[in-house]
Amino acid sequence: MVPLSYYLLLSGILFVCGVLGFLIKRNIITIFMSIELMLNGVNLSFVAFAAHWHALSGQVFVFFVMVVAAAEAAVGLAIIIAVYRTRETLNVDQVNLLKL
Amino acid sequence: MTPNPYLWVIPILPLAGAAINGFFGRRSSKRAISTIALVFCGAAFFMALLVAWGFSSASAPYYFDLAHWIRSGSFQVDFSFYLDQLSLVMLLVVTGVGFLIHIYSVGYMWDDDGYYRFMSYMNLFMFFMLTLVLAKDYLVMFIGWEGVGLASYLLIGYWFTKDSAAAAGKKAFIVNRIGDCGFLIALFLIIKHFHSLDFTKVFELVSAWQTETAGVGILTAIGLLLMVGAAGKSAQIPLYVWLPDAMEGPTPVSALIHAATMVTAGVYMVARSSAIFERAPMAMMVVAIIGTLTALFAATIGIAQTDIKKVLAYSTISQLGYMFMACGVGAFSAGIFHLMTHAFFKGLLFLAAGSVIHGIGGEQDMRKMGGLRTYMPWTFATMGIATLAIAGIPPLAGFWSKDEILWQAFGASWVYWLIGVITAFITSFYMFRLMYMTFGGDYRGTVAQEAHGHDDHGHAQGHGHGEPHESPWVMLGPLVILALLSVVGGFIGYGNRFEHFLAPAFQGAAREVAQETSREAADSTLEHLLMGVSISVAGLGWLLAYLLYSRRPQLPARIAASLGGLYQAVAHKYYVDELYAILFVKPVIDGSTTILWHGVDQEVIDATVNNSASAARHVSDSVRHMQSGNLRSYAGWVAAGGAVVIAYMVWMGVR
Repeated sequence: MVPLSYYLLLSGILFVCGVLGFLIKRNIITIFMSIELMLNGVNLSFVAFAAHWHALSGQVFVFFVMVVAAAEAAVGLAIIIAVYRTRETLNVDQVNLLKL
Repeated sequence: MTPNPYLWVIPILPLAGAAINGFFGRRSSKRAISTIALVFCGAAFFMALLVAWGFSSASAPYYFDLAHWIRSGSFQVDFSFYLDQLSLVMLLVVTGVGFLIHIYSVGYMWDDDGYYRFMSYMNLFMFFMLTLVLAKDYLVMFIGWEGVGLASYLLIGYWFTKDSAAAAGKKAFIVNRIGDCGFLIALFLIIKHFHSLDFTKVFELVSAWQTETAGVGILTAIGLLLMVGAAGKSAQIPLYVWLPDAMEGPTPVSALIHAATMVTAGVYMVARSSAIFERAPMAMMVVAIIGTLTALFAATIGIAQTDIKKVLAYSTISQLGYMFMACGVGAFSAGIFHLMTHAFFKGLLFLAAGSVIHGIGGEQDMRKMGGLRTYMPWTFATMGIATLAIAGIPPLAGFWSKDEILWQAFGASWVYWLIGVITAFITSFYMFRLMYMTFGGDYRGTVAQEAHGHDDHGHAQGHGHGEPHESPWVMLGPLVILALLSVVGGFIGYGNRFEHFLAPAFQGAAREVAQETSREAADSTLEHLLMGVSISVAGLGWLLAYLLYSRRPQLPARIAASLGGLYQAVAHKYYVDELYAILFVKPVIDGSTTILWHGVDQEVIDATVNNSASAARHVSDSVRHMQSGNLRSYAGWVAAGGAVVIAYMVWMGVR
């Protein structure tokens, strides 16, 4: 049996990787992937706790997160395409205006 | 006390005239403006005559309560009018002389652009002056007091495009304010100690007080503060400086406000408060000393002035000094008598001077006059009568009243009498000097080839004007009437009739009249001797002026040169204006500039507002940069915030 702390450590590493990616990367798609990484880091901790405490609510919560993440991916990718069509760039530093 | 419903109508009439001309005058014809101004002013005079006709000493004083004003517990002030012997004299003088000067103004101001404005202000002045003399209590009197100050300010600065006129108006207003400050404090003291401002009530209460012979008490304080107010309004030392400058106004204004009526308000007020002064010998003495010194001081300045109106202005100050001298020695009726005759002859002198100025096109410098006797005989004759009257040549009006004052002053102290006689000599000298310089010799002004309108007299100084010419009859008429009054006005006082008539208005006057009668009976030789002295000094003054300015016109310049510094000091009015400028005006301006303006206003008030605004802007400016629109910086803030929250929770959790 792998101890809980290992899962939590991995979860933390994933989350921090996501945060750092979010902060450092300029490409919107990479940032988007970093968000997914953070979500999955959190998901991992949910399931780890759920397995440890033998409680199903954690597992259920992961499903919710995945559903929301899927919806978010659909909307987000649409926005990214719209941004690229209007500005011809995916560099977030150049996308700092709500209105052109 | 008898009610008299006509009283309130008298002041209201000129107010109505002022309102009509003020509101509608701009679009009216000059004829309509003159009609309204004269009708309302004349109606006030007519009403005054009507009231005087029905006046009887038995039923006096009359009063009329127009409306309630202040009701604060037991302290009450009403809009009430009051007529006793004293206010009756003032009423007739103000409306009578005022009406004549209104008629004169029609001729004098006809060509001025602001004619309707002028007439409206003149009527407004009449309203306030009548309020002043008909007031039943000090507060209503104060309304009139301030109102005439306002009218005076408006009329001195009537030609407001001229800097000197605007400055003179301000000076008059500010100097008067200093006096009014004293007057107001006196009123507060009266309210505090007598709980009323009504003349009858206050004087009744005062009569129960002891005379403050030993030391200084509250009555002395009130008396002195009232005198401060009177000194401001009536141009006495040390507040006289505004009156000579007030000559910037049109000449009818100088005649009406700055000679005949307004400036005598201080004398009236002191006489009205005789009950208070009677019980404050110290205050009386101060009044007498101020009056005597002012009389002498102003007369000496009058010698060296070359502006015809300035001479008359200093003469007015000097004559007002006589009136205060009379009040100060307890001869209130003599002071009021001189007030009345002075209104006649000084009003006449100013109007005649105005006629001269009008006739030679705005020139006021006597050195550029001369020989006008042949050009304007009527002006010469009437002004000559006024000069004889002011110089104290019997049997003209000025002789009777001035001699009465000098006789009364002699009874108090021979010092007053001596200074009074010296002043009479100087008065006679400078008045005949004025006459010889203006009317004697040959015309020294420039005669232009072509006569043109004198619509800008008072504006332009000394432009060529064609031949000097006599003024129209609308101006000469008032001169002639005033000349008649200057001749016969003195006989009212013959045999102490005037004194007996006024006696009920002054407390303690009955005793005084009795004393006076007995003294006269005892000392009739002395009185005649003193009379002879004052007549002979008047004659001497005339003779000296004749010798210096008619026989040997070169001599005065040589005498002036040999006197050097002394003459310069007199010609520059003893540098009093300069002294005041250094002592009061400059410190106030400097203090205001450095402390109040640069210090308080800019450094404290402005700084508070500006600094709080700029601080808000600086804070906003720095915070603004957080909202850059840059997605990653937002993310950074969120991450940093999250890190802080987590750190906090961990830290709390550890504890």
